[in-house]
Amino acid sequence: MERVPILKLGRFLLVSIQIDLEDRTVLTLQEELAEEIVRTGARGVIIDISAVDIVDSFIGRTFSTIASMSRLMDATTVVVGMRPAVAITLVELGLSLDGVRTALDLDQGMRLLEASLDGR
Amino acid sequence: MSGETGENPIPDLLHSRRDSVLDRWVELVNEGIRGRITEREVRTELTELYGLVERTLADGDGTAGGELRAALGEISRNRARRGFSPTETAISVFSLKRAVREQFEALGQGGVFAEFGVFSDYVEDLGLETFEAYAAAREQVIADQAEQLLELSTPVVKLWDGILGVPLVGTLDSARTQVVMETMLQMLADTSSQFAVIDITGVAAVDTEVAQHLLKTVMAARLMGAECVISGIRPQIAHTIATLGIEFGDIVTKATLADALAYALEGSGLRVLSRTDA
Amino acid sequence: MTTPPAGEMPIASNDDVVRIRRTVRTAASAAGLSLVDQTKIVTAASELARNTLVHGGGGSARVEEATDAQGRAGLRIVFTDEGPGIADKEQAMTDGWSTGEGLGLGLSGARRLADEFELESRPGEGTRVVLVKWIR
Repeated sequence: MERVPILKLGRFLLVSIQIDLEDRTVLTLQEELAEEIVRTGARGVIIDISAVDIVDSFIGRTFSTIASMSRLMDATTVVVGMRPAVAITLVELGLSLDGVRTALDLDQGMRLLEASLDGR
Repeated sequence: MSGETGENPIPDLLHSRRDSVLDRWVELVNEGIRGRITEREVRTELTELYGLVERTLADGDGTAGGELRAALGEISRNRARRGFSPTETAISVFSLKRAVREQFEALGQGGVFAEFGVFSDYVEDLGLETFEAYAAAREQVIADQAEQLLELSTPVVKLWDGILGVPLVGTLDSARTQVVMETMLQMLADTSSQFAVIDITGVAAVDTEVAQHLLKTVMAARLMGAECVISGIRPQIAHTIATLGIEFGDIVTKATLADALAYALEGSGLRVLSRTDA
Repeated sequence: MTTPPAGEMPIASNDDVVRIRRTVRTAASAAGLSLVDQTKIVTAASELARNTLVHGGGGSARVEEATDAQGRAGLRIVFTDEGPGIADKEQAMTDGWSTGEGLGLGLSGARRLADEFELESRPGEGTRVVLVKWIR
């Protein structure tokens, strides 16, 4: 099973998903992120899905779970780079990704996190 | 058969054996039509044509010829509209030759015609080939142009850095709306634009399907991290949407494109100043 | 034009779900579906493959090309399992309903993403779901 690497980017953690996501990978990512947030005291999590071509209900719900979990540990989660076809499919699927902030790219994602830290 | 041989026996035959030839022609054509047009209609068509052919061959002064061409054109257009291929229509016309030839054979004057007939049929086929190819080529041109027209009429433009504009004009159908919306979402991603203004000032009417597509697109843009503003909602359209019970929820709508642009500029952290402002 | 695999694909593990996604993606592309439609049908297949694995106790899927009466091309995917079956189909198709880890959006979501959707299931008799997506 492949694992998704978690990188530290200043006060934030960056997760760039480049592989086919199977359920165990997603769950492991969730656990490891929780550990890393605690270990590093990160205030933000960026999940880059620009290379992801399928987000189904399981993966979508996991993003929501990650966001809730991070919030409990005083970190904001933002998902960046969602492809149009994925967005259209999620709308049709009826998945709203509650609690998950989104941004078009890494740049905007970082700005969003900075802004949220400044209490704006 | 009355009249001279040598000059042109055909007009004479057309006249003297009218009923037989016409009946046989109608029979041959009906075989090809296979019920797609009523027999009565076929007979009426062919009777008119038959008369015109007779007159054209007889006087040859052009008047009848013009009428004949007009009648052929009318029949051709009619058949095209009903889905007949150009070959089928042409064969209907060509069957007259066979009907005539069969009459000559029945009169024991088959001889020469038999050989020439075979050659004639062959030449017909060649003609039909080029005909069919031409028609197919024209169809392709029309299809290509229709597609180009569709692309041209669904532009997504850049209003400002990070602000896209989608001016929708004319009648929106489900297919076209979907194409535009998908194009817009792709451009939002490609240009990392955070705002898209969808202007529907030029849209005559909106039905449920189109409104749903708009809604879903706005939701998809939001999921991606961008925001859509819908502008130019005229009173009639507002009425339709409300009557259809479509909830626009918290989607931002503005009366004019200008208002929408102002909103997007502010959202982008920009402010427009006059040059004389301090 | 590649020929989609004939025969059944097993659904017995998470790897199988990933494999099915990939197969459906390839087949959908070969059938000529647009990018958005490809994404929709692969996502629907992912939902149903997971259902088959998690709720059906494992099963199989078959991916094949389809042609309708007008000659339009498309893709058909059939999911089968010998699991407990669904007692109340109406309820199962309601968004958000869930026995455990989320049958919730799986069935109803898949139906919205596909052009045609069939569900056959009875308690104790397993489940069969058919998805069809046509070229627009």
